[in-house]
Amino acid sequence: MTEIRKRAKALSVNPLKASSTLGAGLAFLGVARATAMIHGSQGCTAFAKVFFVQHFQEPIPLQTSALDQIGTVMGSYENLVEGLATLCGKSPDLIGVPTSGLAEVQGFDVEMGVKEFRERHPGCAATAVVPVSTPDFRGCLETGFADAALAMIRALVPDAPGRAGERRRQVNVLVGAALTPGDIEALKEMVEAFGLRPVVFPDLSGSLDGHLAAETFNPLTTGGTPVSEIRTLGLAAATLVVGASMAEAADELRRRTGVPDIRFDHLCGLAATDALVMALRDIADAEVPERLERQRAQLLDAMLDTHFMMGFTRVAVAADPDLLVALAALLSGVGAEVTAAVTTVAAPVLARSGLAEVAVGDLEDLERMARQSDAELLVCNAHGVALAERLGVPIYRAGFPQFHWFGGFAKEWIGYRGARQALFDLANLLTAAERGKVRPYRSVYAQKAESGGRRA
Amino acid sequence: MKPQDLRALMDEPACAHNAKGKSGCARPKPGAAAGGCAFDGAQIALLPIADVAHVVHGAIGCAGSSWENRGTRSTGPTLYAVGMTTDLTEQDVIMGRGEKRLFHAIKQAIAGYDPAAVFVYATCIPALTGDDMAAVCKAAQEAFGKPVVLVDSAGFYGTKNMGNRLAGEAMMKAVIGTREPDPVPEVARRPGIAVHDVNLIGEYNIAGELWHTLPLLDELGLRVLCTLSGDARYREVQTMHRAEATMVVCSKASLNVARHLERTWGVPWFEGSFYGVADTSAALRGFARLIGDADLSARTEALIAREEAKAEAAIAPWRPRLAGKRVLLYTGGVKSWSVVSALQDLGLTVVATGTKKSTEEDKARIRELMGEGAAMISEGSATALLAAVKDLRADILIAGGRNLYTALKARLPFLDINQEREFAYAGYAGMAELARRLALSLESPVWAGVGALPPWRAPAEVVP
Repeated sequence: MTEIRKRAKALSVNPLKASSTLGAGLAFLGVARATAMIHGSQGCTAFAKVFFVQHFQEPIPLQTSALDQIGTVMGSYENLVEGLATLCGKSPDLIGVPTSGLAEVQGFDVEMGVKEFRERHPGCAATAVVPVSTPDFRGCLETGFADAALAMIRALVPDAPGRAGERRRQVNVLVGAALTPGDIEALKEMVEAFGLRPVVFPDLSGSLDGHLAAETFNPLTTGGTPVSEIRTLGLAAATLVVGASMAEAADELRRRTGVPDIRFDHLCGLAATDALVMALRDIADAEVPERLERQRAQLLDAMLDTHFMMGFTRVAVAADPDLLVALAALLSGVGAEVTAAVTTVAAPVLARSGLAEVAVGDLEDLERMARQSDAELLVCNAHGVALAERLGVPIYRAGFPQFHWFGGFAKEWIGYRGARQALFDLANLLTAAERGKVRPYRSVYAQKAESGGRRA
Repeated sequence: MKPQDLRALMDEPACAHNAKGKSGCARPKPGAAAGGCAFDGAQIALLPIADVAHVVHGAIGCAGSSWENRGTRSTGPTLYAVGMTTDLTEQDVIMGRGEKRLFHAIKQAIAGYDPAAVFVYATCIPALTGDDMAAVCKAAQEAFGKPVVLVDSAGFYGTKNMGNRLAGEAMMKAVIGTREPDPVPEVARRPGIAVHDVNLIGEYNIAGELWHTLPLLDELGLRVLCTLSGDARYREVQTMHRAEATMVVCSKASLNVARHLERTWGVPWFEGSFYGVADTSAALRGFARLIGDADLSARTEALIAREEAKAEAAIAPWRPRLAGKRVLLYTGGVKSWSVVSALQDLGLTVVATGTKKSTEEDKARIRELMGEGAAMISEGSATALLAAVKDLRADILIAGGRNLYTALKARLPFLDINQEREFAYAGYAGMAELARRLALSLESPVWAGVGALPPWRAPAEVVP
């Protein structure tokens, strides 16, 4: 049974958490020809933008309703309406409107604001506008992402069950924030390998995979799930749901469409990937492709080869709940021990993590727990780099953000192939760290009096 | 090297194999040989001497594929880890330019790395083309004012064992006895504790395991003049002749050095091992016995009592996890029995041990430890090993790195015991690490996964 330790201190030091506002913004960026306007002060967007620009090494189409003093005190409907009208001038298919803590505390009713915009700007009817309440005092990046997905499903997917399976080969893939664009690409490949057609939602692999497009500038996302596809999720044969954080969105999608779903907490490691492959086999009613069987055998071999390094290794992990649970599965699958685990919110999935204890906290907590348990490896976002240095252990980057690091967004964690490479990377880090090495001992009697031999 | 010199090296009166009809070491069987050549053995034996430039005179096959693949460690210079070879070319061979190249290679090694000495390893090709390497070494020594030692170790001279012996031969001829030991430094003197000088032969400081035992020797007032050759320096090798006792650690092949020290310089020696609690204690007692200092004996006993208690406390948590687990040990020579006792100390059952490179004496010790019915495996092919594992229902294979992937492909837990390994198991402190590494592999969750078929290949569950 996992003990979930609640936050017990006033001051958060070296925070792990990124806001739900950010998470919602990210989910909207997984839709094609979309943009998001955070309803808040300019800074709410500026910080989010810089955060994602550095993480993805991409321009990020995020806008702001730019609440000023007057709007904040007198009401900000005007800011919202004006902002949406301006963005509509770029003819997006979708504008997401995550609210900030500022807007929520102000008592702003975002639904009403959008209604007002519709009334005053009937010419913008072609653009879907999806508001979502994501004050940064609630939840974390992962929950904001899921809430935005839920809001889009409510807004765009027709409430018309009974058409499930009309597109026999279509499989919806509802993914949470823990999956990187690289993960999504790998997931699509796996689905396609069974002769199925994946519709991933939200699809960051289309928009933030780091590709050089033909056009030089676009104020909107250059890829992602098309709005038209979101409207037809109800025609699919099945929905795969990846990430426990997406449960509510999955419930809503199933209720509206009647498409049966199969849910996975994560897809990291052998057992989780086996479950995915079995599900795909059943949906497609086809043999498992030889290529996947080969990749599975390669993962097994890597597990054997690396277990000497990974076994009994004490690891400190910090991440949003879905990713934490995924990483714990990957690590424990080769005998490593997660001796310090910190997360951002007390999500129900943590109870299934197999971890003895998870603290909802910050990187200061992680540092203390890592020291107490004498951790030998840190798995954490870029904020863990300095911490790893202090602890004198290697860091393996996972989650948001990954500053000063190339390709973190492209890294594949899921599937047989992703797990295999992650194990290689981890074992290499541990090998380079020279753990367990005997400390050099110099005898008091030694007649070594270095007589030559330049140090190489 | 002349045939009669090689034959003389085969004759090792201190080795139990000597009594057999075919004297010396077993000949490798073409088509079914495993293990290295004489060059390999010579290099292993001397490479850990850290401040020496180890120049391999040959084509790239010898050094190119073998440099930096040993786990030996140094407290100071890391010259031993710099790969040096004359990398002979076709032109060198045809035109007879090997000697010239060697001379310049030595010059370059000295100019570039300022070594304490240069060891030149002769390999098959220059031995065949007839390079006069002894003359080149002599000329280079005179020209550059640094000791240049020829280690005549062409691969075809014999096995790895023979190579160890050739290396020892080179040290005896050219290095040992060429310098007197330094006086014991003032800071190292402790009132009431007489310092005795000793040697360790065949201790290679793999993964730094010498550093598990060296503090104990220091504490007892045993000054290690030289280990041949873990973390050694050239100037230490020079002084080995002044030791009061030599311990031959896990190496039948280096007995010739110990015997030479005894014959020429009157240094008594004994064989021992630092694997396992019982053997480590026995080794410490061995020094006390040979040196014959009553005070040393008393202090040794006190230290043993203390360290054994400490080791036991460190091992205790692992015992229940390892109890009754069946081990198949496949390793060469002395380790075939020294590791057995270490494993038995931990409560494991050793179901069989490899004896490919073991002497009759080694085998006698195995019988002593494992009983008359002890299963001994003399053939080390992958199929033979795996068959033995299956027949004897072993839970884990302990062997050299070469067999690592054989074991893993057969989904069998494994522990690496040979030179390439990365963990130190020697001494009292090494036992807990050994226990930990055994449990790590035995208890790893990966076995459950790799032992099963993919779920889509598994027989369908019967729905009642």
